[in-house]
Amino acid sequence: MMAVGALFIITGFLSAPSTVEEAKAIVASHDDGHGASHGEDAAHATEGHGEAAHHDSAHDEHTLAQLKNRPWSALYVAAFFFFMIALGALAFYAIQRAAQAGWSPLLFRVMEGITSYIVPGGIIVFVILAMSVAHMNHLFVWMDPEVVAHDELLQGKAGFLNPYFFLLRAAIFLGGWIFYREYSRKLSLRQDESDDNSNFKLNFRWSAGFLVFYLVSESMMSWDWIMSVDPHWFSTLFGWYIFASMFVSGITTIAMVTVYLKSKGYLPDVNNSHIHDLAKFMFGISIFWTYLWFSQFMLIWYANIPEEVTYYVTRIENYRLPFFGMVAMNFLFPVLLLMNSDFKRMNWFVCLTGIVILAGHYMDIFNAIMPATVGTHWGIGIPEIGGILFFGGLFIFWVFRALTTAPLQPKRNPFIEESRHFHY
Amino acid sequence: MASKVIQAYYDDDDVLMLAVKKVKAAKHHIEEVYCPFPVHGLDKAMGLAPTRIAITSFMYGCLGLCVAIWMMNNIMIVDWPQDIGGKPSFSYIENMPAFVPIMFELTVFFAAHLMVITFYMRSRLWPFKEAENPDPRTTDDHFVMEIEVHGNEKELKDLLLDTGAVEINMTEKNLH
Repeated sequence: MMAVGALFIITGFLSAPSTVEEAKAIVASHDDGHGASHGEDAAHATEGHGEAAHHDSAHDEHTLAQLKNRPWSALYVAAFFFFMIALGALAFYAIQRAAQAGWSPLLFRVMEGITSYIVPGGIIVFVILAMSVAHMNHLFVWMDPEVVAHDELLQGKAGFLNPYFFLLRAAIFLGGWIFYREYSRKLSLRQDESDDNSNFKLNFRWSAGFLVFYLVSESMMSWDWIMSVDPHWFSTLFGWYIFASMFVSGITTIAMVTVYLKSKGYLPDVNNSHIHDLAKFMFGISIFWTYLWFSQFMLIWYANIPEEVTYYVTRIENYRLPFFGMVAMNFLFPVLLLMNSDFKRMNWFVCLTGIVILAGHYMDIFNAIMPATVGTHWGIGIPEIGGILFFGGLFIFWVFRALTTAPLQPKRNPFIEESRHFHY
Repeated sequence: MASKVIQAYYDDDDVLMLAVKKVKAAKHHIEEVYCPFPVHGLDKAMGLAPTRIAITSFMYGCLGLCVAIWMMNNIMIVDWPQDIGGKPSFSYIENMPAFVPIMFELTVFFAAHLMVITFYMRSRLWPFKEAENPDPRTTDDHFVMEIEVHGNEKELKDLLLDTGAVEINMTEKNLH
């Protein structure tokens, strides 16, 4: 009875921030309504403009395609970015489970709340990809049969890069991730009610298995969903690079949501050592991301092979500010701010750095997609901000809604006592 | 100056941590604690001043970075310019990406080695130095808390036994 009572009280408390977030989400989606319509207007205007100039040269046609791509790319970047946060948090959660970590069980419900977004987020990304396959946009040039007909390199890759296999892969990856998330959450809740540790052990095994599946599928997902917008270019560490980006974004979001919930008094047992540990991960993985970013850059820069180096030439010539700005935001900023161990324990410091890191990793995805789809016609304007607001609102709404559905503190996790006394 | 110290033995780090907190709460000055392995939070519980080794580490890192930049500039640009990978630009900044791994490694090298040396000097450790720990068991499975006695022997003994000490010794010792 007491347990049920506590559950109801916690749920009752939690529905309060949820409605605030709900309001925020509505405002955000409202903004997006404007944003999208503006974006469409702009697209129509440029379309008309493009058509007027259509007869002049093939260049104009290319420009038109790029301008048409911009709202789609903005939508896709934002949709993928928020999906990636949930997926990164899921990987972090699975690692905690598989390692049987003693410090983190108090945060499991927060992580489960964030990973709940993987369901709507994944479906939205899948729908956007399916629309690309249906030729509703031109994000992926290799999907255009006419382009492939004139391109021997793409013909050689057609065995892998063809629309049906592409969608099949996406469905398998998403299916696997969503299955693990839902099943692990179920086991986690069942563990609270059971009187032995069988659910916990089963969860451990599934998590270890999931990590194997995740590392392979995440790597292929990054080739499919991001690297293939530039179908001639490839990098062998691209999967790791995107992994680092999603991992640090996921951890940052876990830290920020934890700080928020704690400030509202919902996580009484989380102490500043937990925040310290999350901030250490933010610091470490930011450096890891930079390491991969630089490894990829230096090898291509040094070898100077034309088909590889174009990737960086377009970015440095046309995207100078976002390209180098992103390195400053993702590397210099967290390194300098989170270097001091006392700063890692200050909530507002962690949140401030977190906001910069998240913005930096949005720019990372932006830099990965935009040069191939819109070329020089990029900008951070209404379509981009609209996309961020819409998916950000949806993300916050969905995550906090999921947080209200279960008590925020697991009761029967075998390590919960250790986590409660976690120090350092 | 030789003075009388009381040595309390513990066989568990959690018990030791609680004992340290209790002794501090009773306002006794803990001279030293000998442990077979580092115990997290012990320095704070003992009321030691926070370590400054992180600051020295940062300075050593900066020094290493500067040495790397100076060294690579001298070797690869000033003294003997080389054409590697078709990049003979005679400019440090244009060749900088190639030097980043070296800059990184020397930063880590300087920070790590100088920090260890600083730590040894600060703790007065050098090769062939005679061990200072009072009992060889502190290198195995026992913890020893050392408290200076000022005529309050009985009171201290009772307090320490109360905190879960497994053995208590009195001894004369030269404290520095």
